Amino acid sequence: MSSSTQTETWVERATRVARGIRRRALQLTIEKNGCYLSQALSSADILAVLYTRVLNIGPSQAPLKPPPFAGVPRPGLHHLGADYNGPRAPQYDRLLLSAAHYAVAVYAALVETGRLAPEALADFNADGSSVEMIGAEHSPGMELTTGSFGQALSQAGGVALARRLKQESGKVWVFMSDGECEEGQTWEAVQALAHHRLDNVGVYIDVNGQQVDGLTSEVMNIEPLADRFTAFGATVVTVDGHDIEALERAARTRHAGTPLVILCYTNTACGVDLLEERKPNLHYVRFKSEAEVNRYRDYLRKM
Amino acid sequence: MEILTQVHEKNLVAWAKDRPEVVVFSGDLTGSTEIGLFKQHYPDRFFSLGMAEQNMMSFAGGMARDGFTPFVHTFAVFMYRRALDQIEMSIAYPNLRVRMFGFLPGILTPGGVSHQAINDVGVLRTLPNMTILETGDATDVESVLDVAQAVDGPVYVRMLRKDIPRLFPAAERMQLGRSRILSRGTDIALVTAGICTEEALRATTLLAAKGVSISHIHVTTHKPFDDPALAQQLASVKRGVITMENHTTVGGLGTEVAEMMTEHGIGIPLTRLGLRDTYAHGASREYLMKEYGLDAISLVRATERVLDQRFNINEEDLAGVRLSQFSGEMQLEAL
Repeated sequence: MSSSTQTETWVERATRVARGIRRRALQLTIEKNGCYLSQALSSADILAVLYTRVLNIGPSQAPLKPPPFAGVPRPGLHHLGADYNGPRAPQYDRLLLSAAHYAVAVYAALVETGRLAPEALADFNADGSSVEMIGAEHSPGMELTTGSFGQALSQAGGVALARRLKQESGKVWVFMSDGECEEGQTWEAVQALAHHRLDNVGVYIDVNGQQVDGLTSEVMNIEPLADRFTAFGATVVTVDGHDIEALERAARTRHAGTPLVILCYTNTACGVDLLEERKPNLHYVRFKSEAEVNRYRDYLRKM
Repeated sequence: MEILTQVHEKNLVAWAKDRPEVVVFSGDLTGSTEIGLFKQHYPDRFFSLGMAEQNMMSFAGGMARDGFTPFVHTFAVFMYRRALDQIEMSIAYPNLRVRMFGFLPGILTPGGVSHQAINDVGVLRTLPNMTILETGDATDVESVLDVAQAVDGPVYVRMLRKDIPRLFPAAERMQLGRSRILSRGTDIALVTAGICTEEALRATTLLAAKGVSISHIHVTTHKPFDDPALAQQLASVKRGVITMENHTTVGGLGTEVAEMMTEHGIGIPLTRLGLRDTYAHGASREYLMKEYGLDAISLVRATERVLDQRFNINEEDLAGVRLSQFSGEMQLEAL
């Protein structure tokens, strides 16, 4: 570590991690000829704040270089995904990734925080690798298998209920995408979290307003999100999802007896303004020509 | 024959007493799935999840990840139909210890098509990691909890409620992957599960009196379906195999037996009694069993077709049959 990183403030560190997430995601998009880039750009600050400041987690328990895919879950096979987020202990927080399509952003966050070797990203979306494009619980940073949307919040409820019965002090954090608010199960889950007063659950939602077919407002409107979550019994905080300090402050909101929902309004081209031109079709970014690749390569060099 | 009531309701309370890891989930059907007494005895281990089955199944998966064993109770249709993806992704893929108690299997309810789980075994049998059990009498209902709890993975149970006959001695408990052989014979192998076993016993008593030699096997494990004793019975009869299930003939017991016969190279005709690729409707159990050919007289007619013989048995004869307890061991001695 350089002397400058030793003296940097937590905000500077989070900002640096966020920038690193964006840079690595763009690099992978170029190298692998396609990636969930816009999701990494919109969520980089949220994940950076989670991994550097909000999450109370211990050091990674998994190898820096992830082993290849070891098989689907079965008795006797321990999956390493969650181990990248530290040991499981009563006092530690848990991070449950609901939007598995954000895997690349999580991998990059793990690299930027020293939990994963940079070389691991070379295996991204490679056959036989556990660093999969969408990922499951064998993939670094993933405790759950969540590519089918809307299920993690309910599973978080089960985990939180179990942790309450065991009188564990650690919190259950969920990272979700806004598109998941179109799924009925999301609202079943909020209803149940509120009913059972599970205030050991906190949810960061990346409200980037974008889904596969285009803008969420045109595909299936989900607003007013704050009113909806409030009506279902959650404590809601709305923040600029690129404001590092606001993202951190939101986690300290008092929410006794209710789950906490942090709506993070974000931009899918944040940090790579070149991408603005491709809006709103940014669900999966693949550059179309050598000329386009070169423009982004130039951009990456300056990042 | 002894008829018991609220078997699961009472048994679950006694069974769960020293098992603090067992929690019960209710989908707004507490009385209907016999968990009211559990709620009364262990209010701290009872959780109301309301009419939101997708959330309930994923919630159960989450809780199982943290060391508890959720016993999810609702009508079968609301689990495997309404929340199939949740069962697959939140429970089956991660191979979690969740026990799903599906009530009202098949045509056991006048509630009609929305409440009748006619293809649950067929659907859930295609899920990797899933163990599937079915109860057919009070002894099965009492012992299925031990069988389920010993499985290191998810278990789905076709459960019976209210008035249930005791066909098998209480001490002869259900075992995973082991069928109950009720009689051994050489003409026909009759494979039944759930409520069809009791119904079949009305016919087999009379058929045996007419000289038909029947191997009657009661199946309680639909998956894994690899009981060597069952395969041996199927291979040891000469004329044919008949299956009888409270389910469609696609994907359930009939299909399981067909697969087993094929894998063992057993080349005799198979007759599958069950709902013939159709939904049902709301009516009494007796009415529906007759309408869809799941009653004793249908079994007699199927046996006549297989053997190409007529036995002069009518419905009045069948109605007069009084069942007693069937012990596999006792039957063996009788042979």
